[in-house]
Amino acid sequence: MNPIVGVLALQGDFQEHIASFRRLGADTREVRTEAQLAAVDSLVVPGGESTSMAKLMDIYGLREPLVAFARSGKPVWGTCAGLILLASRLQEQRPEPLGIMDTVVQRNGFGRQVDSFETDLDIAGVAGGPYHAIFIRAPKIVEIGPSVEALATLEDGTIVAARERNVLVTAFHPELTTDDRVHGFFLAMAAEVAAR
Amino acid sequence: MATDKETGTFQVKTGLAQMLKGGVIMDVVNAEQAKIAEDAGACSVMALERVPADIRADGGVARMSDPSMIEDIMKSVTIPVMAKVRIGHFVEARILESIGIDYIDESEVLTPADEEHHVWKHDFKVPFVCGCRDLGEALRRIGEGAAMIRTKGEAGTGDVVEAVRHMRTVQKQMRRVQGMGDDELAAYAKEIGASLDLVREVKTLGRMPVVNFAAGGVATPADAALMMHLGADGVFVGSGVFKAANRTATTEEASLRAKAIVKAVTHFEDASAVADASRGLGEAMVGISVRSIGVEEQLATRGW
Repeated sequence: MNPIVGVLALQGDFQEHIASFRRLGADTREVRTEAQLAAVDSLVVPGGESTSMAKLMDIYGLREPLVAFARSGKPVWGTCAGLILLASRLQEQRPEPLGIMDTVVQRNGFGRQVDSFETDLDIAGVAGGPYHAIFIRAPKIVEIGPSVEALATLEDGTIVAARERNVLVTAFHPELTTDDRVHGFFLAMAAEVAAR
Repeated sequence: MATDKETGTFQVKTGLAQMLKGGVIMDVVNAEQAKIAEDAGACSVMALERVPADIRADGGVARMSDPSMIEDIMKSVTIPVMAKVRIGHFVEARILESIGIDYIDESEVLTPADEEHHVWKHDFKVPFVCGCRDLGEALRRIGEGAAMIRTKGEAGTGDVVEAVRHMRTVQKQMRRVQGMGDDELAAYAKEIGASLDLVREVKTLGRMPVVNFAAGGVATPADAALMMHLGADGVFVGSGVFKAANRTATTEEASLRAKAIVKAVTHFEDASAVADASRGLGEAMVGISVRSIGVEEQLATRGW
């Protein structure tokens, strides 16, 4: 049976992620409830508004199940708001992150919407030349723990993609482009975790 | 190694709207209401001095809100903040851009400043959302640089009928475009007053080139879920959260309703979840049937 990729569908650009995975031929489902989470083999926490998603996780009782899902070793990928929610600590008081990845994160670390930007990045493990990355009110990873590996940085050294065992984060939005290489990277990561 | 950063591109403008999808954007008049909206799970707030129901009741000329009031709201929440400018008033838009607003609504709810021209939105780094009644109007606004579209339902009435009409019209016209041969598109573009390039893009994509929200007259969780079923990517709620009958709702009432509408949008396909969201919400805002107001008083007729 093919592994099923779940995309958390509380709010945000979950449909864009699903479209990217479908282009790669992956079996993909929307996840809004604990029962739906139990039926998938990996999970993407999409871009969107992290405050809204955190509130909705609490209101719908998804916080504990999500933490347990990641702790069980199943692959999890957070983009932008997802990166914020997976962090162990935020520089701001709210929202309360899930504490899945050993990172400290600053929300809107590059500024407000007028500072949102596009740029080309080299990503470790993603072959085929620079990746055109879109950053929207993006968060900044300000600290990483010893087991977190940086996969891409900006010129000033800011880490914008990182991996810790089964968890991947990107501060940018591969789902907003039709370049599906990062989605392919996550599927390969999922296959690797499943093979263990 | 990263190369140059490019800001203010159409991609980052439309991208922010994509982050708002599946969410609810609420009208708020002060920092306290903005926090209630954020705590309820709103994905953005629209900062304005008076909600549309009050603008409608007060009459007179409605303009951009005081920047200091908007800034107070920007400081009080971490979700993106939007604010309205009058149709065609590019100086109000420059003011909002300079204070760092996240999205500008060039809105028929305010009194138009120009009866012929809308703001040329490509010149701005800040993204714009604009209203539409049909596909032609949507594509004209996108042609001018709008990075997000919404229906132009009658704001401040609590009557969802116009938002439904606009959403159904847009969806029907997009389906028509899907079924047309390439040789029919130019004549159709002319008929609806839109650029051929954008009509072709609709055909290729099979959807609107930018995110499309429902707005105007959405008052209840059921209204919000209805608009999602009709194809909206998300919902704007104006007077429905913070108005109860003819008064301002209490904090408890507003918080309950805000959460209920958010829940109805997230779980719009689950009728029992929408039923739960609809329970015990108290006195709804006063409704004004759109049929009872003259065409002259209808806000949707502002803009072209």
